[in-house]
Amino acid sequence: MVAGELVGRSPRQLMWRRFRRDRAGVVAALVVLFFFAVALLAPVISWLYGKDAYTTYGLDRPELLDPVSGYPMKPNGGIDGEFWFGIEPKLGRDVLMQLVYGIRTSLLIGLAATVLSTITGIVIGVAAGYLGGRTDYFLGRLIDLLLSFPQQLFFVAFMPVVTALFVSPEKETPTYLRVTALVLVLWLLGWMQLARLLRGQVLSLREREFIEAARVTGASPWRIIRRELLPNLGTPILVQSTLMLPMFVTAEAGLSFLGVGVVEPTPDWGRMFAKGAEFYEGDITYMFFPGVAMVVFVVAFNLLGDSVRDAMDPKTTR
Amino acid sequence: MTRDAATGRTVEQSAGNGPPPGEPLLVAERLTKHFPIMGGFPFQRKVGAVQAVDGIDLAVHAGESFGLVGESGCGKSTTGRLLTRLLEPTAGRISYRGQDITHADRKALAPIRSEIQMIFQDPYSSLNPRQTVGAIISGPMEINRIRPPGGREARVRELLETVGLSPEHYNRFPHEFSGGQRQRIGVARALALDPRLIVADEPVSALDVSIQAQVINLLQRLRAELGIAFVFIAHDLAVVRHFSQRVAVMYLGKIVEVGDRESIYVRPRHPYTHALLSAVPDATEFLAEGAGASHVDAGYAGAGEGAGGGPAPGPGRIRLAGDVPSPIRPPSGCRFRTRCWKARDRCASEEPPLAPIPGNGPGHLTACHFPEDPTTARGEAVILDPALRGGGVAKAHGVEG
Repeated sequence: MVAGELVGRSPRQLMWRRFRRDRAGVVAALVVLFFFAVALLAPVISWLYGKDAYTTYGLDRPELLDPVSGYPMKPNGGIDGEFWFGIEPKLGRDVLMQLVYGIRTSLLIGLAATVLSTITGIVIGVAAGYLGGRTDYFLGRLIDLLLSFPQQLFFVAFMPVVTALFVSPEKETPTYLRVTALVLVLWLLGWMQLARLLRGQVLSLREREFIEAARVTGASPWRIIRRELLPNLGTPILVQSTLMLPMFVTAEAGLSFLGVGVVEPTPDWGRMFAKGAEFYEGDITYMFFPGVAMVVFVVAFNLLGDSVRDAMDPKTTR
Repeated sequence: MTRDAATGRTVEQSAGNGPPPGEPLLVAERLTKHFPIMGGFPFQRKVGAVQAVDGIDLAVHAGESFGLVGESGCGKSTTGRLLTRLLEPTAGRISYRGQDITHADRKALAPIRSEIQMIFQDPYSSLNPRQTVGAIISGPMEINRIRPPGGREARVRELLETVGLSPEHYNRFPHEFSGGQRQRIGVARALALDPRLIVADEPVSALDVSIQAQVINLLQRLRAELGIAFVFIAHDLAVVRHFSQRVAVMYLGKIVEVGDRESIYVRPRHPYTHALLSAVPDATEFLAEGAGASHVDAGYAGAGEGAGGGPAPGPGRIRLAGDVPSPIRPPSGCRFRTRCWKARDRCASEEPPLAPIPGNGPGHLTACHFPEDPTTARGEAVILDPALRGGGVAKAHGVEG
C-alpha cells in the first residue's frame, strides 16, 4: 500500500481484476464482442463488401449457378474473391451477407428477449422474496406452472397464436410483427429461472442484519430494495443473463429452422440451417459457415458466463 | 472493572436505591411476541406458536444501561427487536417518552427512529458488502433527511473518529476490516442519528475477548459522554455486569428477576439467577488450586471484583440438567420449574408474579415462590445433571428424588 493513500478496492474492482486474469474469459469476451460488432455494423460491412443480403446474384448472372441443379458452378459452394463465403444454391444470394444480417436478426431478438426476461425476473423474484407470504406463494405457483411447460413445443405451438393476436390469418404478417411475436413468446417462458433464483437470494439476504439496520433507521421498502438488496443481486443477474442470451439466440434459430420464426426474405441465422439441410448433399459449404459461427458463438458465451461467475463469486464451484 | 473497584461500594449503593428518578425513556408493558407456526396444504394456517417473548415489563431511563441476560433462545434478541419495532408485538404496549408506539407504522415511527437505534450481533452480516463505509454511515442521515452543518461527509469522518477509526476509511469497503473494526462501523452508524437509546443486541459476542473489551469500553465512553441509554443484550454475565446498572434475567420468554447490578450479582433470589451465576467459569478458582491455596471458600461478597461474573467460589456449584423446554409448549406455572431443584406442586399450578419479595432491596423484583437466600455463596453443590452426579466433585445435593 502506498503510504498516506488509503484507497479501498470496491467489490466491482476486485471482480474486474479477477476477470482480467482469466484468459479464457477474456478471449470469450472478445469473441462475444466481435459478434455484437458484426451484428451492429452489418450495414457498414455490407457497404465495404459491396454486396447485400437480398440481391439474387446467381439469378442475375447465370454463369454463377448450374442451370440444371441450381448449385454454384465453382467448387466449395462458389467461394471466390468476390463471394467470400460462397453463394446460396438456387437463388444465388451472398452467404457472407446472409450470415451477417442473420446474426443481426437473431441477436436482436435474443437480446430483446433477454432484457425483457431479466427485468421480469428481477421484478417478480424480488417481489416474491421480499414481500413473502401470500404474494410469494402465488408467484411461486405461477413460476412452477410456467416451468412445467415443454418450452420448445410451446414456442412452436404459440407462435401462430400470438401472431394471430395482431393480424388476421388472411393478411400478410409484417416482419416487425413476427419479430415482436417471437420476442413475446421467448419472454413469456424465459424469465422463470432468474425469478426463482433471485427469490431465493432475496430470502437469504432479507434476514441479514444490514437489512434490519436499514429498517431501524426508517428506510422505506423501496429504498431497501434499491440500495441494499439489488446491489447484492448483481452477480446472479449478470451471470444468468449472460447464460440466457445464447439460449434465446439458439431458441430463435430453432424456431426459424422449424419455419415458425422469421420467414423469407428476411435473413436469419436459423433459417440458413434449414436451407443448408435442404442442400447439404450437393453443397455442404452452405451449412459450414453458419454452423461454425453458431458453435463459436454459443461456446464463447457459455465460457464468458462461467468466467463472469468465477470472477464475481470465487467461492462457488462448478 | 477497575473503575468499579476504585469507586467501590458507594457507587453500588447509590445505584442500589431502585431505578433512577425521572420519567422513563422507554416502557414496555406485558410485551408479547408469538411467532406463528404455519402448516397444512395447500393453504397454510396457523398450527401453533413459538412464545418467544411472553408478557415482559421493563422500563429504561435516560442515560442508564439496562442489561438483559439469559441463555440462547430465551427471547432476548426478540425483545430487542420488539423494542426497536423491527418486529410487531403480538400483545402488550411499548411507549417511548409517553408516546404509544406499539403498532405505529413506518411513517408514524419516523420521528422516533432517529432516537432509538440498534447495534447488531454479527459484524459480518450487519454491514452491506456493496457499500462503502461512508455510504453505510451516511445512509441513516440520508433516510431521515438530516443535513449536519459541514455536510454529511464531514459528519461521517467525525463519527469514524469518535468510534476510534481513521476518517480516511471513508471510501473503504467492509471486507477490508476486521470484526472489531466492523463493529465500530456499526456503532458509528447507530450514532449517526444522535440517538437517545441504543439497543445493543449481543454487540460483542462475535468478537475476540481482547476486542470485546475495546468495544465495551467504547460503548461505555459513549454512554458517559453522550448520555445515551442502552438496552444491552448479552449472554455474558461479566460483560453485562461491567456495563449495566440494572439487569434483567430472562428465561424462556419471561423476565424472572430484575434489579440493580448489585441485587442481581450479589444478592440474587431466583434459583435460575443462582444457576446462571454459578455457571460462570472462574479463573481465580483454578489459579488458587494451582497455587495450592485453599482459601477460596472465603465467600464472594465484594462487588465488582474478579472477572465480574461472580460465581460462587468453593464447592457450591449448581449444575442444571437437560435443556430449556420448547417455547412452543412452555411448562405451566413457573417456566423454570422443570429444571429447578426447589420446584414443588405450587410451581406447576401457579405462575409466580414478578414482584418485590421480602428481603429484596428496592427495585429488585423476583418471580419465584420459593426464592433462594440473597447470597451467591453456597456451601453445598446442587447437581441435577446425572452425568456429573457422584463424580466426586462435591456432595450431591440429591433433590428431586
